[in-house]
Amino acid sequence: MTQADFAAVAPMLIVTLAACATLLAEAFRAGDERMPFELLGLIGLGGAIAASVLQWHQEKVGFGVIVIDHYSIFFNVTIAGIGILTTLLSVGAAQRDKLPVAEYYALMLFSIAGMMLMGSTRDLLVIFIALEILSLGVYVLTGLRRTSEAGAEAAFKYFVLGGFSSAIFLYGIALAYAVSGTTKLDELGMQVAGAALNPDLILILAMVFLLVGFAFKVSAVPFHMWTPDAYQGAPTLVTGFMSTGVKAAAFAAFVRVFLSALEPLRVDWMPVLSAIAGLTMIVGTVVGVAQTSVKRMLAYSSIAHAGYLLVGLVAANTAGKAAILFYVVAYAATNLGAFGVLAALSTPDRNHDDVRDFAGLGKDRPGLAALLTVFLLSLGGFPPTVGFVAKWYIFNAAIQQNLISLAILGVLTSVVSVFFYLRIVVMMYMVEDKAPGRRPAVPKVAMAGMVLALAAVFYLGVMPGPLLRVAVDSVASIF
Amino acid sequence: MTGILTTLVLVPLAGGGAVLLVGRDRDALVRRLALGISLVTFALSMMLWTRFDPGSADYQFVERHTWLPEFGISYHVGVDGISLLLILLTTFLTPLALLCSWESIESRVREFAFLMLALEAAMIGVFISLDLFLFYLFWDAMLIPMYFLIGVWGYDRRIYAAIKFILYTLAGSVLMLVAILWLASFHQTQTGVPSFDLADLMALSIPGGLQTWLFLAFAVAFAIKVPIFPFHTWLPDAHVEAPTAGSVILAGVLLKMGTYGLLRFAFPLFPEAARLFAPYLATLAVVGIVYGALVAMVQPDLKKLVAYSSVSHLGFVVLGICALTVNGVQGSVFQMVAHGISTGGLFLIVGMLSERRHTRQIAEFGGLKAVMPRLVAAFFLVTLASIALPGMNGFVGEFLILLGTFASPFSAHARLYTAVAATGVILSAVYMLWMFQRVNYGTVTNPKNRALRDLSLREWCVIGPVCAVAILMGVAPNAFLRPMEPAVRRVVEHIRGTSLPMNAGRQTTAVGGVREAAVRR
Repeated sequence: MTQADFAAVAPMLIVTLAACATLLAEAFRAGDERMPFELLGLIGLGGAIAASVLQWHQEKVGFGVIVIDHYSIFFNVTIAGIGILTTLLSVGAAQRDKLPVAEYYALMLFSIAGMMLMGSTRDLLVIFIALEILSLGVYVLTGLRRTSEAGAEAAFKYFVLGGFSSAIFLYGIALAYAVSGTTKLDELGMQVAGAALNPDLILILAMVFLLVGFAFKVSAVPFHMWTPDAYQGAPTLVTGFMSTGVKAAAFAAFVRVFLSALEPLRVDWMPVLSAIAGLTMIVGTVVGVAQTSVKRMLAYSSIAHAGYLLVGLVAANTAGKAAILFYVVAYAATNLGAFGVLAALSTPDRNHDDVRDFAGLGKDRPGLAALLTVFLLSLGGFPPTVGFVAKWYIFNAAIQQNLISLAILGVLTSVVSVFFYLRIVVMMYMVEDKAPGRRPAVPKVAMAGMVLALAAVFYLGVMPGPLLRVAVDSVASIF
Repeated sequence: MTGILTTLVLVPLAGGGAVLLVGRDRDALVRRLALGISLVTFALSMMLWTRFDPGSADYQFVERHTWLPEFGISYHVGVDGISLLLILLTTFLTPLALLCSWESIESRVREFAFLMLALEAAMIGVFISLDLFLFYLFWDAMLIPMYFLIGVWGYDRRIYAAIKFILYTLAGSVLMLVAILWLASFHQTQTGVPSFDLADLMALSIPGGLQTWLFLAFAVAFAIKVPIFPFHTWLPDAHVEAPTAGSVILAGVLLKMGTYGLLRFAFPLFPEAARLFAPYLATLAVVGIVYGALVAMVQPDLKKLVAYSSVSHLGFVVLGICALTVNGVQGSVFQMVAHGISTGGLFLIVGMLSERRHTRQIAEFGGLKAVMPRLVAAFFLVTLASIALPGMNGFVGEFLILLGTFASPFSAHARLYTAVAATGVILSAVYMLWMFQRVNYGTVTNPKNRALRDLSLREWCVIGPVCAVAILMGVAPNAFLRPMEPAVRRVVEHIRGTSLPMNAGRQTTAVGGVREAAVRR
C-alpha cells in the first residue's frame, strides 16, 4: 500500500472514521449526557472536503479501483456539502422527532461514505459495493422512527424493491463480465467499442440491466414506485437527504458508466433513455398535481427532476454532462432547503404534511414562509434562482443535440410543476389559518442551514459561471 | 462603475429590499419610503430622457459586461426611442400605483411595497435587455410579483385569477425559451460560437421554414401577454381580481410587454416569417378590436369593462405593428404609452369609486356628478382620452395606426382592415360614454351614493398627473414621436428588408395634421 492509495480513499476514510467516532461517543455516553454528534459529523465532512479539494489537479488511483479525479472530487464535495447542510438542518429536528441521534448521524455518515465511493470508482463491482453501502444506510434511516407504521412500511418497501434492483444491477455486471472478462470501466469500454457495430445480445442485456439498476436509484419512471412511499414515510430530513444525496451519487455513477464505458452503445441506449426521460418528466409532474401530501408532492417533484437530469444524459454532449453536474448541485441546495423548512415546521401535533397545514404561514412565520417560497420557486425554475439556470443549461444542451421534442416536453412539464409548487405558496400567503399559534420555534443552527441554502440558491442563480466552469472541468476528466 | 440603466434597475430593487428591513407596524414609513424610491426612479428616468439623443437610431446608454462567455451570454443593456418611452411609462405609473394604494392596502404593507418595487425593476429590465437570456430572465421574474399582488391583495376569486395568470403566461413563454435556445445553438452552428445577443441573432439568416416555427413560438408568448384575441381569456379575470395598483400596472405596462416583444424580438428576428404572418396577426387584431369593444359594451362590472376595452385598444397596437409602415409602428408605440396612461387612469378612477362604495357594479352608481364633481371631471377627461378624442393622447396613436394600416403594402385587405378597425373607434365611444352616462349622470337613485366625498389631496396627486400627461400627449405628440422615429424607422427597415425613402415630409405632415386637428377642436 502506497501513499497514493490512501490519498485516493482519504475522503471516504475520514467520513467513515467520523461515523465510527459518533458510534463510540454514543457507546460511552452516560445516561442523559449530551454529546456533540453534529460537530463530529461536521468535522468529518469538512475533512473530507479538504482532503478532496487539496487533491485537485492530481489524478491518483488507489488500490487499482478508486480514483481521485476532478469528477470524483466534484461529487465528493457536493455530497459532503449535502451532508453538512443536512446536519445543520437536523439540529433540533432530530431530537424533537425522538430519533436515536447518534445512530442517525452515524448512518448518514456511513451512507455518505458509500455515496462518495460511488462517484470515485472506475470499476463496476466497486460501484455495486458503494451502492449497497449507501443503500443500507438509507434503508435504516427511512425506518428510523420505530414507532411509526408509515416509516416501517416505507423502509420495508424501499428495502425489498431496492434489493431487487440491486440484484438486477449485479446481474448486469455479471453479464458484462461474461462478455468482456472485466469489470473495469476502461477495459470494458475498449471491448464495447470493438463490438459496438454489432453488439452481442448478452452485452445489450447487460446494458439494460445496468440501466434498470440506475433508473431505480434515481427514481426514473417506470422504476419510481417506491419513491412516494419512501419519501412520505421517512423522517423529513432523511427524505431531503435521500432525494439529494442518493440522486447525486447515482447520477455520478450513471454518467460515468453510460458516458464512458457504454458510450459506444449510445445508439442502442439513447432511444430507451429518451423514452424514460420523457415519461419520468410527465409522470412526475402530472401525478404530482394530484397530491395533497407535501412530502409526496416533493417525491413526485424529485421524480420529475430526475427526468430533467436524464435529458442531460440523453444529450450526452459536454454541455449536457456539465449541466447534469450543475443541476445536481442546484437541486441539492434547493431541495434540502425546502425539506429543512418542512422539518422545522413539522411537530407531532401539526405535521405540516398536508397542503392545508401551510395555511397562514406567511403571517405566522414570515421568515420561514419566504424561505420556502424561494425554494419552491427555484424548484419551479423561476429566475433569478438557481433552478432557472439549471433548467436553462439542461435544455440548452438538449437543443444543441437537436432533441427539440425532449426540450419542449421538459419546459411544458415544468409549467405543470409550477402549479403544484405554487399551491403551497397560495396556502401560505393567500389562505387564512384556521388553527393558528402552534408552530414551533426554529433552532438557530437549523436557520443558519436554511439561510446557507438560500444564499446558494441566489448566488448560483446570478453567478453560475464559476460552478459551471468547475463542472466542465470535472466532466472532462472522465473521458 | 454602473451606468444609468443598471442604476435604474438597481434603485427599485435595492429600495424594495430596504423596505423589507423596516420594522413591523411602521406602515406609514414604509409607504413613504416606497413612494420616495419610486419617485427617485422616475427622476432618474427623466434624466435618461433629457440625455437621450433623439436623432439617433442606435441604442444609447449601452452597457455590456461578459457574464457567461461559454454560452455567449452577456449583460447587455441599452435603450432606443421605443424602449425609452416604455421605461418612462413604467416609472411614471409605479409611484401613482403606490400612491393609490395608500389607504386601500392595509395588510402586509411592507411586502406589498417590496413586490411593487421588484416588479418595477423587472419591468425596466425587460425594456432595456439586449441579450435574450437577460430578457427572458426579467420576463419570467416579472411574473412572480404580479402573481403575489393579485393573489394576496386581490378580491374574492383572487387565487384562481393569480394561478390562471401565471400558468397561462408561463405556458406561452416556455416555448419561446425553447426557440431562444435553438437560436443560440443555430448561431453556434453558423459561426462557431453561441450567442444570445440580440444583434448577433438578428444578423443570422434563418431558412424560411424554420423561421415560421420560431416566429410562432415567440409570437404565441407575446400574443398571450398582449393579449391578442383568442388568447385573452386570462385578462378579465386577472384585472377584475387584482387590487387597483395591480390592475394599473397590469394594464399600463405588462400588456405592453407583449406588443414590445413583437416589435423588438419576434418581428426583427424573423423578418421573413413576420411579413408572412403579419396579415394573419392583423386579422386577429381587428377581430380583437371589434370583439373587445362589443364585449365591453355589455359588462355590468366597471373593471371588466375597462379590461375588455384593453383587448380592443391593444388590438390597435398590434394592427399598427403588422402594418410594417413607419406611421403604423410609430402609432403603435405611441398608443402603447397612451393606453398605459388612459387605462391606468381609468383603473385608478374605478379604484377610487370602489374604495368608496366597495362595489364596481355600474348599476350601483348613478348621478355621481352631483355628488363628486371633481372626481367626475377627472373621470371625464380620462374617458375622453380612452375614447381617443382629438386633442387627447389616444387620438394620435389610433390615427397614426389607421393611417399606417391604410398604406400598408403587406396585406391585400389593408383598407378593409382600416375600415373595420375604425368602427372600433366608434364602438369605444359607445361603450365608454354609455358607461359614463350610467355612472355619473341622472339623479342619485341609490341613497348610499348621496354622501360620497370628493377627491382628497392624495387622490388629486394620483389622478392629476394622469390627466396632465393625457392632454400633453394629445397636444404635443411630437415630443414623444420624435425621439422614437429613428428607432422605428430602423426596425421597420430591418423587417421589410429594404431601406425606406426618407419621406420625412410626409411624416411631418401626418403628425402636423394630427396636431392641427387637435388644436382646431
